[in-house]
Amino acid sequence: MSYLEYRVQTIPTGWRKVTHLHWPLILVLMAISGIGFLMLYSVAGGSFTPWAETQMQRFVIGLVLMFIIAMVPIWFWRNMSVLTFLFSLALLVFVEFYGVTGMGAQRWIDLGFMRLQPSEVSKIALVMVLASYYDAIPVRNISRPLWVLIPVIITLVPTFMVLRQPDLGTALLLMVTGGVVMFAAGVHWAYFASVVVAGFGAVFAVFQSRGASWQLLQNYQYRRIDTFLDPASDPLGAGYHITQSKIALGSGGWTGRGFMQGTQTRLNFLPEKHTDFIFTTLAEEFGFFGGSALLLLYVLVILFCLFAAMRMKDRFSSLLVIGITMTFFLFFAVNMSMVMGLAPVVGVPLPLVSYGGSAMLVLLGAFGLIQSAHVHRPRGTP
Amino acid sequence: MRRPEKELEASSKKISRRGMLIGAGQVLFAGTLAARMRYLQVEEADKYRLLAEENRINIRLISPARGQIFDRDGTPIALNEPSYRIVIVPEDSDDIHATIARLSTLIELDADDLNRALAEIERSPPFLPITLVDRVKWDAVAKVAANSLALPGVTPDVGLSRRYPIGAPFAHVVGYVGPISDYDLERIENPDQLLRIPRFQIGKVGIESKLEDSLRGKAGTKSVEVNAVGRVMRELDRREGDTGADLQLTLDHKLQSYIRTRLGNESASVVVMDVENGDIRAIVSTPDFDPNLFVRGISVADYANLRENEKRPLASKAVQDAYPPGSTFKMVAALAGLESGIVDPNETVYCPGYMEISDRKFTCWKKVGHGSMDLNTSLRESCDVYYYDLALKVGIENITAMARKLGLGEKHDVPMSAVSSGLTPTKEWKLVYRDAEWVIGDSANAAIGQGYVLASPLQLAVMTARLASGRSVSPRLIKRVGGEEQPSGAGEDLGIAPEHLRLIRRGMFSVSNHRKGTAYSSRIADEDFRMAGKTGTAQVRSTIVDNEEVPWEQRDHALFVNFAPYDNPKYAVAVVVEHGGGGSSTAAPIARDVTLQALFDGTPPLDAYPEKDQFIIKERQDSIERQQNPLPVGDRGQA
Repeated sequence: MSYLEYRVQTIPTGWRKVTHLHWPLILVLMAISGIGFLMLYSVAGGSFTPWAETQMQRFVIGLVLMFIIAMVPIWFWRNMSVLTFLFSLALLVFVEFYGVTGMGAQRWIDLGFMRLQPSEVSKIALVMVLASYYDAIPVRNISRPLWVLIPVIITLVPTFMVLRQPDLGTALLLMVTGGVVMFAAGVHWAYFASVVVAGFGAVFAVFQSRGASWQLLQNYQYRRIDTFLDPASDPLGAGYHITQSKIALGSGGWTGRGFMQGTQTRLNFLPEKHTDFIFTTLAEEFGFFGGSALLLLYVLVILFCLFAAMRMKDRFSSLLVIGITMTFFLFFAVNMSMVMGLAPVVGVPLPLVSYGGSAMLVLLGAFGLIQSAHVHRPRGTP
Repeated sequence: MRRPEKELEASSKKISRRGMLIGAGQVLFAGTLAARMRYLQVEEADKYRLLAEENRINIRLISPARGQIFDRDGTPIALNEPSYRIVIVPEDSDDIHATIARLSTLIELDADDLNRALAEIERSPPFLPITLVDRVKWDAVAKVAANSLALPGVTPDVGLSRRYPIGAPFAHVVGYVGPISDYDLERIENPDQLLRIPRFQIGKVGIESKLEDSLRGKAGTKSVEVNAVGRVMRELDRREGDTGADLQLTLDHKLQSYIRTRLGNESASVVVMDVENGDIRAIVSTPDFDPNLFVRGISVADYANLRENEKRPLASKAVQDAYPPGSTFKMVAALAGLESGIVDPNETVYCPGYMEISDRKFTCWKKVGHGSMDLNTSLRESCDVYYYDLALKVGIENITAMARKLGLGEKHDVPMSAVSSGLTPTKEWKLVYRDAEWVIGDSANAAIGQGYVLASPLQLAVMTARLASGRSVSPRLIKRVGGEEQPSGAGEDLGIAPEHLRLIRRGMFSVSNHRKGTAYSSRIADEDFRMAGKTGTAQVRSTIVDNEEVPWEQRDHALFVNFAPYDNPKYAVAVVVEHGGGGSSTAAPIARDVTLQALFDGTPPLDAYPEKDQFIIKERQDSIERQQNPLPVGDRGQA
């Protein structure tokens, strides 16, 4: 069913929409952010400044943004997909020329009150444009090569631009997100199987190219891979993060040392303790129980969203929700894997918990889209 | 319409199915994360808790041993010696102030050092050891070790500290090391991790500073397990760093020390250079200072003494000061005249004791005049009027071009601090920097090495070496870095007609060997070692004065440059004695002694000197021997 066929009269209107929001999902998001505030308060040594207070303000702004987006009918957002995508590409071009350089890469646009990372916007915009693409094309064409090529190109354009920044981590995440939306849309599995095979080939090529004239990655990216494979090789540099992160995490035990009692994070072993490595503080202070509680909340978000997606009968909404859920999943899965020493150190924050305005606003905005799809879903049959 | 409807229905189902598949994958991965968390936090908890607590892993930098510096024969100039210090690791000490208070009852703590250490503790990560006292005696080490239980976090440590066994003679060349300052750090791009160590020793001036990167070496790391009291339990992992590269200089420590003693209390500088390969055998500025004082941390009073001394002991005069070269510049002017084809060496100029140029009277130093002068006699007797005349004919462009060819006005690449480029003026230069047109009188002044021309003693030595060899020799101070031979200073042919060079050398020869030469009294008697030179007197004040009657700081600078042996040149020597009076009376005798000392590689036989001088020379040799022999710091290093 396409949105044109909605029985519009069954859809709530006006302020009645508020009662039809997915409230359990909102509560879980609030709980996760609450954990974030608590941790930011703790790493600041029991102080709302400099992080917890700002983060709370941003959360409120994000929540308002989410409600506004949720109130607007989902078909409006569907019509905006292509425009949003083009806008995100424009941001990526803009950041190439005017971006603020950080860690050797151009990634931010300084808006004054916050730093916007265009790559965050492009993740959501990519999901939107792919979902509307599959909504628009005839079903029988989905697995035809030419019709597969178009979304692949759509995915590769922002991926390539992000790679130029250079931000390998985000580029990979964009590719995975695009692939997952295509997979969910029903593209034949053989395409994905061949991509996986090619992927392994590419990994092989990346390692072969090292030091050769056609070196594929930047030196710092190779160093990160090295450090990941053997943290001891650079105990004072990048390996320091992984080693110290594992020590902090591991010393938490079942129940942790107690709120504000973490020694490792408090002694400044981890420079990124309030951003990418904030999970170590949670794990050290609240132990396995605290860490798995947060993980459980994340899983709840995913389940809520995916179950909601099944109840949406139009393809755009379902694919949009599946794609956004995947983006959210990738955030916490990659961050936690990195903190636990399962993945190399890439700059991916823990969603809604790490200090940072960009990811917070974009994520809450994306959840606004999910809420909109949920509120405006078709109900029953005539 | 039915078929698309059905297709859509099927497609929606497919999306749901695949969505569930994706969800299942995500939940499965979350499960993996949970399992990993359980493994780290529960199964491995003891291990990590241990690492985190009692046996906290400390990663410590191992400072590499700094490269040592030797003279051309391998005599140590700068080396490393073990020294003991007391350090504190802040994170191992529960109450730093109480601990330090207890420590101060055991050993003597300097208040300044303590404040500095407390400031460092604020700034540094808690696991970095901070030095509380440096260079402590062994009994202090023993006291701290015996009371380690009462002093959590405090440990004695053995480190290396720099020592300059010969000390003062090399102070200006080699320089000294000192603790890195915030100012130093700011100026370094991408600083080495080592430089983050508080009070890490880096080169501050001279070779120690210029070749810092080679001397420093690379840091190693060690991971150590430390127990609750801060005692190192065991070393887990050790990666050795690289020792800094040793340097071998071209300098000769005996010659260097001899010159220093020979110069005595003069404010002077001497450069001895090999005319063929540019090796600098000695480069001395006096007075000097003991570089070891700076390594230990010089007292305010000592430093003030050095700074306020009117003879400027801290200045490396041989390279950083530029003087008017005076008459030593006449070779340049003469050669410019010959090479331009304007001057005929046999043509004479009559010197009445002065020359009028645009209504101004330019005097010759000899007021009664020299009479008729040709090129050779003008050099020999240093007639000024001959060169005024020459300047008007030849022009400043030719003179400046020749000066640059001979290495004047060029910043020579020697690894010392504040190397001066001197000044070889041009018309454009005067317009830009003096905001005035070049006048003909400026050329006349330049030709006798006065006015705007400036040269450092090093540049004068290079000039003389180039005159002697006819090749573009460059100074070389570093012979080997880490055993690797450095490029020689030997250069290309200068492209000056050999006949012209011969005329100049001949003139210089008569300066110190002809009865009428200005340096005849400082000649070398031994036929095999005779020298060719040139005196110079640089006016400090604009009027000619009697040097005996004015205060020291208003007297003229005395200069002398020479090469020897005349027939087969080996060394070029430049001597500048600040406010020394005349070149022939003050600088030339020093140059002769230094030249002979270099040629004989030690004290020369008395036969080398003219017979009537031998008695005085003997006395001077003995006196220098006496001053040098019970060398207070020097001899320990040579053993």
